[in-house]
Amino acid sequence: MNQPSEKGQRLAALFLLGALLFNFPLLQLFARDGTVLGVPLLYCYVFCAWAALIGLMAWVVEHRSRD
Amino acid sequence: MLTGGIIVVASFAYVALLFAIAAYGDKRADAGRSLIANPYIYALSLAVYCTSWTFYGSVGRAATGGIGFLAIYIGPTLMAALWWFVLMKMIRVSKANRITSIADFVASRYGKSQLLGGLVTIIAVVGIIPYIALQLKAISTSFSIILHYPGVAMPEKTGAQLFVGDNTFYIAMMLAAFTILFGTRYLDATERHEGLVAAIAFESVVKLVAFIAVGVFVTYSMYDGFADIFQRASANPQLKLLMTLGGDFGSYTSWASLTMLSMFAILFLPRQFQVAVVENVDERHLNKAIWLFPLYLLAINIFVLPIALGGLMHFPMGGVDADTFVLTLPISQQQAWIAMLAFVGGLSAATGMVIVETIALSTMVCNDLVMPLLLRTPGLRLAERHDLSRLLLGIRRGAIVGILTLGYVYFFLAGEAYALVSIGLISFSAVAQFAPVIIGGLFWKGGTRLGAISGLGAGFCVWLYTLLLPSFAKSGWMPVMFLSQGAWGIDLLKPQQLFGLQGLDEISHCLFWSMLVNIGLYITISLLRRPDAAEHTQATLFVDATAPARVSGSRFWRGTASLDSLLALLGRFLGPERAREAFITYARRRGAETLAALPPDADTVHHAESLLSGAIGSASARVMIASVVEEEPLGIGEVMHIIDEASQVLAHSRQLERQSRELEAATNELRSANLRLTELDQLKDDFISTVTHELRTPLTSIRAFSEILRDNPALDLPQRENFLGIIIRESERLTRLINQVLDLAKLESGGGEWQTIPFDLRDVIDESLHATSQLFKDNGVSVETTLPPTAPELLADRDRVMQVMLNLLSNAAKFCTPQQGRVHVTLHQEVTALRVDVADNGIGIHIEDQAVIFDKFRQAGDTLTEKPKGSGLGLAISRQIVEHLGGKLWVTSVAGAGATFSFTLPLPQQR
Repeated sequence: MNQPSEKGQRLAALFLLGALLFNFPLLQLFARDGTVLGVPLLYCYVFCAWAALIGLMAWVVEHRSRD
Repeated sequence: MLTGGIIVVASFAYVALLFAIAAYGDKRADAGRSLIANPYIYALSLAVYCTSWTFYGSVGRAATGGIGFLAIYIGPTLMAALWWFVLMKMIRVSKANRITSIADFVASRYGKSQLLGGLVTIIAVVGIIPYIALQLKAISTSFSIILHYPGVAMPEKTGAQLFVGDNTFYIAMMLAAFTILFGTRYLDATERHEGLVAAIAFESVVKLVAFIAVGVFVTYSMYDGFADIFQRASANPQLKLLMTLGGDFGSYTSWASLTMLSMFAILFLPRQFQVAVVENVDERHLNKAIWLFPLYLLAINIFVLPIALGGLMHFPMGGVDADTFVLTLPISQQQAWIAMLAFVGGLSAATGMVIVETIALSTMVCNDLVMPLLLRTPGLRLAERHDLSRLLLGIRRGAIVGILTLGYVYFFLAGEAYALVSIGLISFSAVAQFAPVIIGGLFWKGGTRLGAISGLGAGFCVWLYTLLLPSFAKSGWMPVMFLSQGAWGIDLLKPQQLFGLQGLDEISHCLFWSMLVNIGLYITISLLRRPDAAEHTQATLFVDATAPARVSGSRFWRGTASLDSLLALLGRFLGPERAREAFITYARRRGAETLAALPPDADTVHHAESLLSGAIGSASARVMIASVVEEEPLGIGEVMHIIDEASQVLAHSRQLERQSRELEAATNELRSANLRLTELDQLKDDFISTVTHELRTPLTSIRAFSEILRDNPALDLPQRENFLGIIIRESERLTRLINQVLDLAKLESGGGEWQTIPFDLRDVIDESLHATSQLFKDNGVSVETTLPPTAPELLADRDRVMQVMLNLLSNAAKFCTPQQGRVHVTLHQEVTALRVDVADNGIGIHIEDQAVIFDKFRQAGDTLTEKPKGSGLGLAISRQIVEHLGGKLWVTSVAGAGATFSFTLPLPQQR
């Protein structure tokens, strides 16, 4: 089999990261009382992790690698 | 201020604006300056994923299930990361095979099966029609709510005004007109609709702007920012629950199954396939879409929970459906413009979905359901009709009107029923049934038609039984007994607790059972039978679509065809003019001057078939092409052979590459070996000339003195003895030289006898000093020794070591200045070896000579001008011996200050 490109491998890794971030048990870690700047912890976590994941995907895709 | 007239005019004006944008997009496309050929439009068109179910429904879900609704948008984000593998491949395969719908995709993958295409179409239609109805309901509900402005009132139960007098009906018909106008302008083999996509992208902008406007209004005008809303909501324990994963959709299991469901939906919903694959202009647009589309989803979801909480707190008495908060909150604050914007946003979300879904479904219904049936109906003699393109367009237009009417009727009948409210996820679950056959088909060559049909069919039946029928029962269209007691009163067959499975929500429950039978049957039945030739061909074309050396589809065809019959066939479906144009373009690309010069070979037939596939689907195209050309069917053996050949070509080219690399390396090696050989050859020549030279010197003097003795018999006795002495000495020298040459040759060839015995190196030194004492005495050189009191015994050839010692000592004696010479012999014990130094205070050796004195016949200094003091072989032999014994021989010297020759001999290994 031909090896997926560097970009492809990084995106696959990000998929795995996302599957980990948005699932039990990591979600449960944040499913409790507490707020960040007045925003509930879980709500804040989901959106921050989401934004970070999108940022990483953008970086991987737009970053000029030896592709 | 917002009268009914204004609202009606505004909504129709909005749809008219869509017409204008689409018309402009088509005009630009015809002019060759595409409006949509950029990644931003592509990403925006993907956002057709967000329907009114997102626009209004997310808030409703958040109001009952807290942040659980986010899973539906996080799933697509995760899938976007995999688009690089999955969607890219789908786009390539579809472009190469002119696939225009998801039904065609599945049918084509499994040997162009008409049955499979029909099955996918039926699943899609059954699953999606209620979803379209939901959009119409959203339009209808939002319409009646905003009509009550400035009051906040829920719409009454739909009255008896079916069709006529119902604004929703007119909207539906306008959408049908729009879809017909911009979706079926003509039969295009690529089925791309630029104007339509431009309009969809515009709608995506409108709904995002509208939703964020409402969100900002609620969060910052009605309340004092995020923190304020959340803080006030925390006071209410029930609202506080919404901020965690509690409530109806709360468990982690349903979160996970929603994520998975939406991952499949983003790829396999017919409208997503339409915009992501069929309407894709350039696969590179995928790059930006991979992060822009998730960003869109993030943006449209930020304000969902604040709006939901704000609405729940603002209407604490209930009575206002949470699904309408986006509209009712601005109305309650008398914000006419924001309410209007929200209404238009909802309208854009609904219309966008309806338009794209309808066009996708109509293509499927036409190509994979109606056409195969018509072509098979013998009475119609369809295959003999002259121009079928009008008929095809007619079928598509009919399908569009039919689908929208069905959606409208379903909406009208279902009304407020449960069957409509929950349809979003039910549709997703239906579409998820495509996942195994498509993903499996893209990456696994073993999947067969029969496996796909059984998996898909069984999964669909389970979906019907566990999700759709229960939703009917909950709507009161079926006896509730069905739900509570199972079919025929059998407890184990309770549709939402199948075989007693409890503890899962209905979506997870359906997902588990349907995927179990779907994947299970697909794999099992595929493995039971080997794929036939057609299946194998298509599997290779799909799975190897991104491989570097892929097989062209035309490789799998053999037979004879005539250009005229192909052209006639294409003309019947595409219209004679368009068919001719397409063929002329193709002929030019192949370098043929005229159409007549185009050879009717496999490539041409393949091209014709793919053109036809775009118009009527791959399965029907296959049947039609087969009807006008004479084909020789390929057996499975031949197909395998072609595939093997292709992979062998690839393997061969790799092998060739490797071989050429190896060859290059071998050439380099040979070149350096050759160089070394040339050097050795030179050395050998030098050696021979030196040897002969060295031999000639003593021979010459022996001969000269022998002649003197022969010619002068009168020589006196002392003279005679003197001469004879010279002759004897020279003969001895000659003998020694010959012995040494022989000795060296023996050593170099690795031969010679070596007698390994234990001995004390100090004895050898003493003995050799004794043997050379006369020489030192003659030259007036003094000798000192520094020997340790004890030394370990060596295991080596004693005589050879003695030979080395003698050579070094005699050299030292020879090169010392007479009368002042001092030689110092030292024995050291090192860790693993013994070292002997023979130091003299003689003339020393120039640094440049130090490297060469160990070569044969080489001596320090200029041998031409100075009389040589030895054969020039001693050091060469000594080095050979020492190295043979595992030691080293070297010299350190400063010219004019003596030289120290040192050698080491390894100690025997300690036991």
